[in-house]
This record gives sequence, structure tokens and C-alpha cells, in this order.
Amino acid sequence: MPVTNSPRTLFDKIWDDHVVERLEDGTCILYIDRHLVHEVTSPQAFEGLRMSGRRVRRPDATVAVVDHNVPTSDRSKPIEEPESRLQIETLEKNVAEFGVPYFPLRSASQGIVHVVGPEQGISLPGMTIVCGDSHTSTHGALGSLAFGIGTSEVEHVLATQTILQKPAKNMRVSVEGKVGPGVTAKDIMLAIIGRIGTAGGTGHVIEFAGSAIRDLDMAGRMTLCNMSIEAGARAGLVAPDETTFAYVKGRPFAPKGEAFEQACDYWRSLASDEGAYFDTEVTLAAEEIVPSITWGTSPQDVLPITGSVPSPSDEADPARAAQIQRALDYMGLEAGQTIAGTPVDVVFIGSCTNSRLEDLRAAADVVRGRHVAEGVRAMIVPGSGLVKHAAEAEGLDKVFLDAGFEWREAGCSMCLGMNPDRLTPGQRCASTSNRNFEGRQGPGGRTHLCSPAMAAAAAVTGRLCDVRELVKETV
Amino acid sequence: MDKFTELTAIAAPMPTENIDTDQIIPARFLKTIQRTGLGKNAFAAQRYDADGNENPDFVLNQEPYRHAEILITYDNLGCGSSREHAPWALLDFGIRCVIAPSFADIFFNNCFKNGILPIRLPREICDELMDDARQGSNSRLTVDLERQVIVRPNGETIAFDVDPFRRHMLLEGLDDIGQTMAHDAEITSFEHRPSRAWVPSITMGTSK
Repeated sequence: MPVTNSPRTLFDKIWDDHVVERLEDGTCILYIDRHLVHEVTSPQAFEGLRMSGRRVRRPDATVAVVDHNVPTSDRSKPIEEPESRLQIETLEKNVAEFGVPYFPLRSASQGIVHVVGPEQGISLPGMTIVCGDSHTSTHGALGSLAFGIGTSEVEHVLATQTILQKPAKNMRVSVEGKVGPGVTAKDIMLAIIGRIGTAGGTGHVIEFAGSAIRDLDMAGRMTLCNMSIEAGARAGLVAPDETTFAYVKGRPFAPKGEAFEQACDYWRSLASDEGAYFDTEVTLAAEEIVPSITWGTSPQDVLPITGSVPSPSDEADPARAAQIQRALDYMGLEAGQTIAGTPVDVVFIGSCTNSRLEDLRAAADVVRGRHVAEGVRAMIVPGSGLVKHAAEAEGLDKVFLDAGFEWREAGCSMCLGMNPDRLTPGQRCASTSNRNFEGRQGPGGRTHLCSPAMAAAAAVTGRLCDVRELVKETV
Repeated sequence: MDKFTELTAIAAPMPTENIDTDQIIPARFLKTIQRTGLGKNAFAAQRYDADGNENPDFVLNQEPYRHAEILITYDNLGCGSSREHAPWALLDFGIRCVIAPSFADIFFNNCFKNGILPIRLPREICDELMDDARQGSNSRLTVDLERQVIVRPNGETIAFDVDPFRRHMLLEGLDDIGQTMAHDAEITSFEHRPSRAWVPSITMGTSK
């Protein structure tokens, strides 16, 4: 591999350490350390292997879990939807046939693939990690190069443990300073997407840097990297540091003892060199970020909770004006109205973006001593069985249940409307998930993306509102 | 995968930015374990009303665009989910070429893997091609991958860029897994590098 003396970025270093071969036109055969597999994007890939008589090259670098299709209610009953059941049964047949390690639905460790990977120590710093899911970018929080791939590439990785790709461009997003009260990683990321747009990161890998990022715990870094794809980036990264190592240490599949210390030495060497070149640099001041919420049908349609919905008449480009009008119509909002005060029907706290223990604690801090507003359905869907168990050990389940929330089993749930948890047409939802696309949470559903604390605030007041006002009352 | 060499076809204009893969194929249709059969639900939310009737205002429900094999849109086509069901749905509908000022990375990649040619062209040119497309069935575009040009109905040609490796794979209809497997010795040698000794193996005996 070509090692030059010029300063390199974190991305450059991980990339260089995984290039098996550089082909004539610059396309690289890139080695993949971890391949995570779920039931929705893998059946056609395994079928492809079977048809061509190929095997899984590295079952010991592959892990499968069910998450997208699974019901998050009573697990003792069989799965009702026949197509969901078939997809799960197909995965079970495939992992048995090809010898792939698997967390089944009955496992205490089952959960959303992007929660399970880091939690188990399967995803580690310095690795290349892929999964047939765009939110694979989540794992970049550990300082690994992690990106989503399509099913043809899933088959390619199963067969060869490599992927064909050209290097991405480097972007650095620095957030400097300290965020104010009530401002979380989700608000930082929504502010970033609002700034650079949903195509702002296209062709790039984003390294998140700056003091506000260093201050985030691992759950916050995962939220940030998770939504890199919503900024169009191939991947998001945070340089591994002592926070990362403390998180990784002792996880079931992480290196142990001396091997762990040696790995830490390597991981420390990965940080971007002083003077490394970034194709694009963006800087935000942490103090200027306020609790954020989306108003429209693209993650870039972001507002501070104190803000007002845009108006098509403010837009010079007629195509853009038409899109604002269409988003307003879909969302049932008036041009220029304040976003705070909008009544909600459903609150969803969960998804690979915000379903970790820290997220549930942040929501519980707002909920404690309050009750879900009348007429609001509020659900908590922990990201994994282990998150659920840990939350129950702290009594969080009781906080939520006493307040009138549903306390559910782990899965993707209402993030994407392909299991029983869906919005009905016209329902408005404050959601901690990652996409507010038309129909994402169910046909006709209206999604407002926000942090767990903001979603909890919406649940107890029945309206989109500024969580800082509730926290003030508590203090 | 079918080869892509030259295509002369009806193009459908969709002058919209940020068409995401949830729009191209909503999640509730992802429960299939096959690649085919998704075309009838491509753009389902815009194409059908709540009772399953066709929405006459949607371009792909109109003649001649029901027979479109080319789709022209604005920026950031295919953003969002990595679902390859999106290009499968387009392909199953009959689309073999998508033209836009910019694409989301994963969707762009997924198109090539399925014999769909994605072409990036500046917004002004996309507008011109949309004007051509709006003229209907007598106004076909020719996409010539060998020469890397689009021929407009007025005979004017528009050159486009395409990655040489991907062009080769499309022109020949090649499976890239077979190509990569020819590098097996290099992959094996990489796996045995001493610098990779720290990477643990996953065996399920070590966890519940």
C-alpha cells in the first residue's frame, strides 16, 4: 500500500490500511472487516450466492440480526404478517446454510443492527464496516469507516469480503464551544444538515471534530454519525479517543487484555494529522445551536424550535417554491406559522438514531413527574434487548409506564413503516428517527424529527414545544 | 445483468429535487425476497390513491410515459435509504437510464449493478432534455453508451462522462463478483498481513 509522508486524514488512514489492490482506473478493492446483515436487504444476496455456487468467504467477520420487520409487541406470539415472517425465516435459513453468526429474535441481545454492532464490540475503531442499510454510518462514531451498501454489494462482500470503490473526498465539520442546556447531539446534527443540505456531503466522508464533538458521549457521537447519510455523505467519522476506548473495553467481541492495549495504540495513531487536507471545511459555533425540529419532508427542512415555517413566496427559484408548497400541504402547515404549539398525535422515541440508554435517560428526565397529554400515543422502543434490560434496571420503564408511554420490544419500529408500528394518514408525529420523507412512517404520516428530550416534551404537552421551558420548570 | 449499449426511448420528465428511495419504493413493499415484481409499486404513493386507483396527474400514469425507459429529474436523485429495491423497481417498470444534475452515492452505485445507466448533466441541460421529453412519443432520446452521447430529437448530441470501469461492466453486462474473485490471491495475502493480527474473529460461542 502506498504510504506517503504527507499528512493524512482519519479517513485516508483507514482507507489506506484496507486497500487490497488499486485497479488501473483508481477503483480500489477495499477489504471489509465487518459485514452486518439484516433480513430486508440480504435474501436476494444469499440467493445469488446459491445460484452461482459461492460460499461466504468470512463467516467469522459477518453477523446477522433481525430488526426491520419485527413486531415490537409481545414476542411470545408468532409474527402475524406472512411476508415479514417469510423474510425472517429466509434469513434464518440462510445463516444456518452459510454458517453466519446470528442474533435471533428470541436472543436477549437482539436489536437494531446499528445498536447491536457497537454494543457487542463487533464494530471497533479502525475497521471497515458495511451493511445493506444506509444508517451503517452510525458505526463511524467509533472511528471506523462504515457505510451502507446495496444488495448486489452485500453479495459481493459475502463472496469476496471486499468492495469495489474509489476513495471519497474529505470533509471536516467542526463544532466548537459548548452547547447550551437542552441541546443534544441530535440538535447539532440537524443544525449541520440544515446548514449543508441533504446533498452537502455527497461524495464525501465527514469527519466530525471540534470541542463540542469531543464532549459528546458515544451515544451522542452515534446519533451524529447515523445522520451523516441525511447530509448525503458516504460516511461519518469521529476520531477514536479515550471516550471511545472506555466504551469499547470489555464488550463481548472486543479484544481483551494485552490485545486491547495494542489495539488502542493502533487506534490512537488514526487521528487526522496536523495539516491534513480536507476538500471541504464547515465550522459551527456550538453556542448558536438551539433545540431543533424539522418542519417539512426532507431532513434539511430544519428550524430552531423558536422559528417559523418558511413561505414559498420567499423563494426565488420556482421549482424550490413549488417544493416548499408541496411540503407544507403534505405536512398540513401554513406558510409562516410558528412551529412551536403544533399539536401532535404520536410520539416515537426509538430508531438507530436515538434508542440507546443515554437517549432514554434524556427522555425520562423530561417525563419524570409528568403525564402523556390526552389523545397522544407515546411509544418508547429501546434499540436492543440489552438497552431495554439496562433501562429497566434503572427503573426507566417505570417512569415511562407511569406517565402513560408504551414500553416496547427492540426493533426498527416506527422509523420506517415496514412492521406493525405505523402512522395512519394525516397523523402527526414527533419522532427521534432520521427521515421525515413523505410516507416514511406510514402512508400519509407527518414526521417532525427531533431529539429524545424534545420528543418527550411533545408527549407531555401534546404539542411541539421548546424543551428548555419544561426543564426550566423542573430546575 | 443485461448489457447496456444503446437505448432509444421515451423519457419521463420529473422536475423534482431530492426524490428519495422511499418515494421510489415505499418500505412496505420491501418484504419481498426476490428482485423482480416491484415495478407495479414504483412511486406507489404518487401513482395510486388510497383505493389503489391510478392518479391521472402523475407522469408515469400518462401516455406515452407509461412506456418510459428514461427518467429525468432534478438534483440528488435517490437520496435516503440504501435499498436496492429502488433500482429494482425502476428496472421492473422498464427504466434503463436515469438523468439528473446529481445523485445520491449509494443509489448511483446500485443503478450500475443492475444495468441502469445513471447520467449526471448540468441542470440547464436536464431542463432542455425535459422539454424534449414533454413533447411526447415522437420525441425519443437516444442514449449511446459506446460513444458516451445523448442524441436529442433535433439531432443535437450531448456528451456525458462515465467511469471507465463501470462503462466497461455495463457494455459487457459483467458480474463484478467474478472479476473480484480473480484477485483471490491478493485478498488472501492481505488477510495474512501481520498488521491485521488485532482484528478479532466472531464466533458465536463467546456471546449469548
